[in-house]
Amino acid sequence: MKPPADARSGGGEPLLRVEGLSKTFHDRRLFSRAGGAGVRAVDSVSFSLAAGETLGVVGETGSGKSTLGRLVLRLVEPSAGRIRFNGEDITALSQRQLRRMRQQVQMIFQDPYGSLDPRMSVGAIVAEPMIVHGLWHGGRDDRVLEVMRQVGLQAEHRNRYPHEFSGGQRQRIGIARAMALQPKLLVLDEPVSALDVSIQAQIINLLRELQQQADLGFLFIAHDLAVVRHVSNRVAVMYLGEIVEIGPRDALYSSPMHPYTVSLLSAVPVPTVDRERGRDRVVLHGEIGSATNLPSGCRFHPRCYKARLKAENPDVETVESQGERLPAACVLHQPRPVDAGDGHVAICHFPERGGDRSEVAVRAVESSRGAG
Amino acid sequence: MSDGAVLAVRDLSTVFPSEAGPVTTVDGVSFSLGAGETLAVVGESGSGKTMTFLSVLRLVPPPGRVTGGEVLLEGADIAALPASEMRWIRGAGIAMVFQDPLTALNPVFTIGDQMLEVIRAHTAMSPRQARALALEVLERVHIPAPAKRIDDYPHQLSGGMRQRVLIAMAIALRPKVLIADEPTTALDVTVQAQILELLAELRSELGMGMVLITHDLGLVARYADRVAVMYAGRVVETSPIAQGFGRSRHPYTRSLFRSIPRLDLPADQPLTVIAGQPPDLARLPAGCAFEPRCFLGNGREDCRSERPALLPTTSDRHLSACPHWRALIDAEAGA
Ligand SMILES: Nc1ncnc2c1ncn2[C@@H]1O[C@H](COP(=O)(O)OP(=O)(O)OP(=O)(O)O)[C@@H](O)[C@H]1O
Ligand SMILES: Nc1ncnc2c1ncn2[C@@H]1O[C@H](COP(=O)(O)OP(=O)(O)OP(=O)(O)O)[C@@H](O)[C@H]1O
Ligand code: SF4
Ligand code: SF4
Ligand SMILES: [Mg+2]
Ligand SMILES: [Mg+2]
Repeated sequence: MKPPADARSGGGEPLLRVEGLSKTFHDRRLFSRAGGAGVRAVDSVSFSLAAGETLGVVGETGSGKSTLGRLVLRLVEPSAGRIRFNGEDITALSQRQLRRMRQQVQMIFQDPYGSLDPRMSVGAIVAEPMIVHGLWHGGRDDRVLEVMRQVGLQAEHRNRYPHEFSGGQRQRIGIARAMALQPKLLVLDEPVSALDVSIQAQIINLLRELQQQADLGFLFIAHDLAVVRHVSNRVAVMYLGEIVEIGPRDALYSSPMHPYTVSLLSAVPVPTVDRERGRDRVVLHGEIGSATNLPSGCRFHPRCYKARLKAENPDVETVESQGERLPAACVLHQPRPVDAGDGHVAICHFPERGGDRSEVAVRAVESSRGAG
Repeated sequence: MSDGAVLAVRDLSTVFPSEAGPVTTVDGVSFSLGAGETLAVVGESGSGKTMTFLSVLRLVPPPGRVTGGEVLLEGADIAALPASEMRWIRGAGIAMVFQDPLTALNPVFTIGDQMLEVIRAHTAMSPRQARALALEVLERVHIPAPAKRIDDYPHQLSGGMRQRVLIAMAIALRPKVLIADEPTTALDVTVQAQILELLAELRSELGMGMVLITHDLGLVARYADRVAVMYAGRVVETSPIAQGFGRSRHPYTRSLFRSIPRLDLPADQPLTVIAGQPPDLARLPAGCAFEPRCFLGNGREDCRSERPALLPTTSDRHLSACPHWRALIDAEAGA
């Protein structure tokens, strides 16, 4: 929600640095079917986040966004990788040692209904984290009221219960609770997805103000690309547990390199008639992928338009896959990161860049920006 | 406008009793839908979108009750039909794909069982014929290998597939009108695009009238011919997409537009906030329901005292329930 923070993160340690972070869930019931391989919900994810910066995370359902958020808070134990917060390695800290970190990292959930205890008054909900962290030495009422005011709730709301509030107000209560401990980092998991459009803007603007006041870092998870673009400095695109593309916001939206990013951009409806009507969209092949049964090679190959375009090129070696011919590289080999500079990285054998940029990618960007 | 309309609704109202007195959730709603036309219905949560069409189908949950209005299907009033005939209309006349695809299918029966039940309730087909029809429509909604899928249970299908099955069930009897209530809200953008392309294709193939209930204005722009905007149980604006969309003549629609982040606008452009909270239907103001939040009317005496009617603006296809709509155009011209 500020100018791209690359320059800011230049010196010293970023607020958050994640390296090779992975999580495999072993659901006992899966053993018979998946041979114990488990669900690779998050697979070797690396990124960093500076104070005052927002990293947006997008991707379809099941791509591992929430698991990533929970890993950062260590609400879920990583299977591999490191998490550094403020320069300190917190991967191996015991739950007791984590307490201090937990004050500084808070999470806000999608569902403003489910995430608040219905039997507690708003005042008690906001005060609870302070009590839990031993920061409640009587007379902190003023702090409760201050936080409530900060998020736009009124003093008289403190004695009311969550069911007496609308969705947007409940989300404010959740934000007040998270802000009570003056955190440095907020993990926001779909914070506005459940809200009405008219209320979304209120909450987005509120988050922006809070961030500016306290130089907060935001890990902002959402599936709405327009919302993410609006709030982020940098954006990471996840597909089946991997970050397939990450980069500064404007670079990612104006020159997406990964075919999955292109497909997402192409699918977003733009509310302007003349533009919307003439638009070709990349309708993806197949259904959402499954993390229990990852495709070989590039995990996007069963749905990728670029692989199919490339397969028509006689110079590209192809192999048979599910009844069609696709580039051997895509089907057999895990792609490596391609760096376009400025921290803009994608993992793809045939990234959409330079002379290899397909017509599909050009049109997807033009039309998403209303220039088509 | 109801001449030639496949579905015409006039002055439809539905009331729920509550502790705070009767609550009018559908308040004198009128619209019409032509064959092969798509009408989008937008508005915030609780504005009455779903309830309007439950009222059309006479499926309002008790103690709610339709208290008045006409519903003409191909010119014949169905509002007074006996329950048995109404059951027939639902499916063969007007079919609805409900808001929540995950709960709309019964988990203990296969897809085929559920489709056959619907088909046989409405036709004289033998089980064998009904199964052939079920396979045909599953194929039509692009379910791969329908002969294998038809014996699956709902949990064996992805969300996108389940939504396709529901659409298949809805079109099996070739209804005149298909009502799709937030058909893609629970789905990802990429799957969303697939489902909407499918609906658009079916609409033109089968010549159905389609109602698309959504809060995604982007979908409206792409798929609808006309839009009706609802607020607090009423239609406050209706216009053909080509003329009116984005050039709205109601302050609520205007605000709605400016409050959403859009890929086609500069990223740093601040979002306009619609002040205040959604209306409480049990305590509506005497005048315009939008008045407490309206940038144009807020405080105006007539806005507070008179409830505005939905009236033609510059054309009789573009209606607005704001008597001050001209001010929006003037502001535009001045800007
Ligand atoms: N506790 C768990 N046990 C087993 N599998 C899990 C668990 N939590 C998540 N998963 C699986 O991990 C994968 C990633 O799930 P996750 O909730 O992180 O996705 P997401 O990107 O947040 O999706 P959504 O957009 O639907 O919220 C999915 O396949 C999911 O089924
Ligand atoms: N079973 C019910 N009993 C009483 N009131 C109800 C019932 N179902 C809905 N309502 C009320 O009727 C009004 C209209 O609801 P409706 O479901 O039509 O809204 P909607 O516009 O479809 O909203 P959404 O976008 O959330 O689906 C709301 O105020 C709602 O609270
Ligand atoms: S590596 Fe191949 S299949 Fe994967 S995204 Fe790139 S082009 Fe598509
Ligand atoms: S009637 Fe008045 S309050 Fe209602 S929308 Fe028009 S200007 Fe606003
Ligand atoms: Mg999630
Ligand atoms: Mg509804």
